[in-house]
Amino acid sequence: MTSSPLSRAVPRAPRRRSRMNRREAIAGFLFISPWIVGFAIFTLGAMVYSLVISFSNYQLATNTAAPVGFTNYRLLLEDPKVATALGNTLFYAVMAVPLEIAFALFLAMQLNRIGRGAGFFRTLYYLPKMTPTVATASIFFLLLNGNQGAVNKALAAIGIQGPQWLLDPDWVKPSIVLMTLWGVSGTMVILLAALKNVPRDLYEVSSIDGAGPVRQFFAITLPMISGALFFNVIVLTIAALQVFDQAYLLFYRDQVQAAPDASLFYGVYLFQQAFRQFNFGFAAAMAWLLFVIILLISLLQVRIGNRFVYYEQDR
Amino acid sequence: MSTLTDPPPDIDPPDAATAAAHRTAASSPAAAPGTVLAGRRLSSRRVIPAPRRRRPVTAGSVLRWAVVILMSLVFLYPLAWLLAASLKPRGEVFDNALIPRTFQPQNFVEVWNQLPLLNWVGNSILIALLAAAFVTISSSLVAFGFAYFIFPGRNFLFGLVLATMMLPGAVTLVPQYLIWNQLGFVGTTVPLWGMNLFGSAFYIFLQRQFFLGLPREIFEAARVDGVGYFGLFWRMALPLSIPSFVIVFLFEFQASWNNLQSALVYLNFGAPEQYTVPLGIASAMTRYSPTNGGQGDYQYVMVAALVVTIPMLVLFAFGQRYFIEGAATQGRKG
Repeated sequence: MTSSPLSRAVPRAPRRRSRMNRREAIAGFLFISPWIVGFAIFTLGAMVYSLVISFSNYQLATNTAAPVGFTNYRLLLEDPKVATALGNTLFYAVMAVPLEIAFALFLAMQLNRIGRGAGFFRTLYYLPKMTPTVATASIFFLLLNGNQGAVNKALAAIGIQGPQWLLDPDWVKPSIVLMTLWGVSGTMVILLAALKNVPRDLYEVSSIDGAGPVRQFFAITLPMISGALFFNVIVLTIAALQVFDQAYLLFYRDQVQAAPDASLFYGVYLFQQAFRQFNFGFAAAMAWLLFVIILLISLLQVRIGNRFVYYEQDR
Repeated sequence: MSTLTDPPPDIDPPDAATAAAHRTAASSPAAAPGTVLAGRRLSSRRVIPAPRRRRPVTAGSVLRWAVVILMSLVFLYPLAWLLAASLKPRGEVFDNALIPRTFQPQNFVEVWNQLPLLNWVGNSILIALLAAAFVTISSSLVAFGFAYFIFPGRNFLFGLVLATMMLPGAVTLVPQYLIWNQLGFVGTTVPLWGMNLFGSAFYIFLQRQFFLGLPREIFEAARVDGVGYFGLFWRMALPLSIPSFVIVFLFEFQASWNNLQSALVYLNFGAPEQYTVPLGIASAMTRYSPTNGGQGDYQYVMVAALVVTIPMLVLFAFGQRYFIEGAATQGRKG
């Protein structure tokens, strides 16, 4: 964190009488009290509550819970749908995150290089991000329709028989990836800001030394924006592991139609267990499993990332 | 190489704030939202060292322009398609024509009879306004507490704020529902904005960054003049940080407008008139689906999707810079 006038002045300020400090401390606590209350109830309280429920057979109708030990966790491991959902979700994340990063970086680099007009195109590229998810889903629901959708008609025009995007188990996840990629501009904007901060002289000096564009990309661009890249990988991974909206809107909105198992994401199954089956204990156990998985993956990413990420402060 | 050690970010809180502070000292206490832009221009002037020379037209730059324009088409096509589909009759919704073969603009009249779209939009606007207003005020109060005051445990508590940003929403989904259920608010809109009264981690972080950029001297001077702690926030920090307020407000408005899951959890069993935009359109997609006994009248879904997209595009038209700068700021919290 960079030091700035407000915080820098704090330690330098002459020590005042303790009564003043105390009044200031009380005022500080009053200012942050909304957050403390919210944290105590809706975060910490909720987490403890959810842990307790995960060891019980909570019944919504009677609002009673009897402790059942590890039963929910055992059922979790025995339920083949949990394994399927977890597999689907991990598979989706492994496919979506690298594609999102690569596509966003590609776009950001193009915009960074064209100079004038970049702002205009950045605005255009950002429009999908402003489109409400439900609108995006309804557009893609029709665009990706296997028989009549625009995507397959366009593919047919160049002689390719398009897949049944929304029905074929192999194409269910790619279709969600496509939707996600359409809204990739949020990531692109972050990377574009990082690219703008790479000093131009590095490129000028290295090109005098004879480095070509490929060499410059790997030796200058990637290291200089590695912090932003790393941040995006972590955030996008957490988001991908919790994917819900798109999967629900495309496959589970319609409760009559049976959705392919390939589209059963962890978030969707958790939602179904909690708010369709009212198995709150089971759902709470699922949530804790997801939490542990996300935590482990994030820690792993941080460990690996620290080896590659270049932070300016370290110099 | 001062640019290496001190990379000026896109929004440069110190610059913007100082500029605002000088202005305030000189003239009126209300800093215009334009101050962030002024700060930005100052800072970007520092990044780019020399006036750029005109680049020669090369094969590479032609190719790059081709790619950029092609990508614009990729990003715009689905929206253009949506506009076209909303004007088509039932049988033609699926066709690829960007100019409808048969224009059916009465879709835009008929949709209000078909679906309680007006209710959905009204509900969503109300919820989004409450959610955005509450989170903006509460987050900035909390942020000011963390930025200005010294108290025991401050760094630990701020660490907790940052840690909650990484907490998956799925973990608290079930217990939060049970809490709202105990309080008797399931089936009302309260759970869709209630938690915003307590601040939100990312916004607290963002506004704290902004407050940290304000020079402490002006606050000390105000204290000497007898301004109370709340006055420091209300009369000084708040007017000086309008840009970050706008960012938080717009971001939360959009997030609330998109919030499908909470609506599903808390409003799904109510009357369709109580739905929000995402829940309503999702229900409409099901209603017209042939597998559900519908007639495939997807043109109404398309009209509704377009109608609920327009407010977001209008917001973007006015607050574009805030959206993009806010998004870019996210990259700097790590």
